[in-house]
Amino acid sequence: MKQGHQTWLFPSKPVILSSAAIGGPLEAQGPLADDFDTLHGDMLLGQSSWEKAEKTLLEECCDKAIEKAGLTKEQIEYFLCGDLMNQIVSSSFTARTLQTPFLGLFGACSTSMEGLALASLIVDSQSADYVLTATSSHNSSAEKQYRYPTEYGAQKPPTAQWTATASGAAVVGREGTGLRVTSATIGRVVDMGLTDPFNMGAAMAPAAFHTIESHFRDLQISPAAYDLVVTGDLGRVGHSILSEMFQQHQIEIPPERYRDCGMMIYGENPNVWSGGSGCGCCASVTYGHLLHRMKRGEWKRILVVATGALLSPLTFQQNESIPCIAHAVSIEAESEEGVR
Amino acid sequence: MIFLWAFLVGGAICVVGQFLMDVMKLTPAHTMSTLVVAGAILGGFELYDPLIKIAGAGASVPITSFGNALVHGALQEAQKDGLVGVLTGIFEVTSAGISAAIVFGFLGALVFRPRG
Amino acid sequence: MANQKKQKLTPTQQQYQTLAKKHEPEIPFISRFLRAFFVGGMICVLAQGIQECFIHFFDFNEKTASNPTVAVLILISVLLTGFGVYDRIAQWAGAGTAVPVTGFANSIASAALEHKSEGYVLGVGGNMFKLAGSVIVFGVFAAFVIGVIRTLISMGG
Repeated sequence: MKQGHQTWLFPSKPVILSSAAIGGPLEAQGPLADDFDTLHGDMLLGQSSWEKAEKTLLEECCDKAIEKAGLTKEQIEYFLCGDLMNQIVSSSFTARTLQTPFLGLFGACSTSMEGLALASLIVDSQSADYVLTATSSHNSSAEKQYRYPTEYGAQKPPTAQWTATASGAAVVGREGTGLRVTSATIGRVVDMGLTDPFNMGAAMAPAAFHTIESHFRDLQISPAAYDLVVTGDLGRVGHSILSEMFQQHQIEIPPERYRDCGMMIYGENPNVWSGGSGCGCCASVTYGHLLHRMKRGEWKRILVVATGALLSPLTFQQNESIPCIAHAVSIEAESEEGVR
Repeated sequence: MIFLWAFLVGGAICVVGQFLMDVMKLTPAHTMSTLVVAGAILGGFELYDPLIKIAGAGASVPITSFGNALVHGALQEAQKDGLVGVLTGIFEVTSAGISAAIVFGFLGALVFRPRG
Repeated sequence: MANQKKQKLTPTQQQYQTLAKKHEPEIPFISRFLRAFFVGGMICVLAQGIQECFIHFFDFNEKTASNPTVAVLILISVLLTGFGVYDRIAQWAGAGTAVPVTGFANSIASAALEHKSEGYVLGVGGNMFKLAGSVIVFGVFAAFVIGVIRTLISMGG
């Protein structure tokens, strides 16, 4: 059900039946290590190339989520998935393995919430009982495709971000118990003319701001409605920019209630510069850490805003600026009475 | 003494490279190309060889020396064969570096895997 | 050029970029320059040492010793690249490891390694000069132009 300009309200409140997060070696050293279902010590995951490693990561994550939901592959009716690779090969190849009707998505690092929003829409419109949504990223395959060979010695500036080697998946269902998806705001592409591919946080912050502002406007609620607003992967740079934008525009979100997955996933590790990024960053932090804490009752309602920079190495070389997008999804813990 | 000059000159050329990357915001590929062209121009004015005389490896190891060597190869052959020599002589002096990089690079690819 | 670029932006974009600039962490120029200077200098000193060895122990002279020296440096660089160490040093040293010939070797070896998964012909062979290619192209073209100019001048004179 559409509300306002660009927000979907889900009256049936689709349930996140299960979620899974899988990470790589650096994620295992981070403060959120305990929230991953599986952690790999080997960047290649026993495969022969980075691309195959990423596909394996995604497959494992999907299997885990299906298993945790107590379902079988055959019961999943639709599979919504995307990643950072050219032609989203990791997702398509995973869909080949799963043999489930498949819709491929590309929203760069915003794919996690794009997938969750669409999965909820499909379930809410009674078009399916069980929808699986997943996304992944791999540091080395992303470096290889977007930047330089992994062994090439190029120094990065402090605004750079570290693409997470991680995958996150969730099964959204019509009935059952668990956290519920209540609404989603689909963002529009925002381009502030920034061109530095090593400063994605600054490029993406306006997109996140626009989506968050639209979300509050469309639903006519105030930021106080959420215990936590969390952005996908703005990193330290983008986080501080967005915080200032909130202040300038009188959107009152107290600092302790606004966080960023890119900053959470690696903690204070200086080797990741401004923080984490990549589809897998927001997906694994949300589907792992954040949902775990909601289940423990620490938060009742959160708004996850996944941000994506829609550039390719080619557009950068042709001197184009970086278009960015953000999608917001609100997740709620079931009300105490258990009725709806 | 030559070691001190090697350190100072080699270090200084690297600082120029760092300046191009950090302040001028050039990509590594642009930086290296700029330095090579700069080396070729200095070589064209016969300014690079005196530097190698003073600083030894400090001037012959940075990538600028590659541009200088390309020019000198071209000029050497040009003295014998005229304009055609410019084409035939370009890789005369630098062939060792390029061949070694190709051969060792290929052998490296046979033996190693990227580690991420 | 920066101004020309700015003119194409809308006022909102300009306003935002000023805001974003404020939050950008300062690049630690001085320490980066010092590190590049130190590492670059040390690589040249090492090279000088290797060169002296060739002169003293293997009967090379000042001119001929530079070729084997470069080859040894390239070998060292390829090994460090293969063991996955070069990129870590480079993150610290910046141009200090990129500008010496070891950086050239690293750009070739890293591209060759990375594309090994696409096969030896299309992967390794086809991508080896992905990064180093521009250096060779611009070096050769510059040398050609300079060579032609100087040859014409000497012919005319």
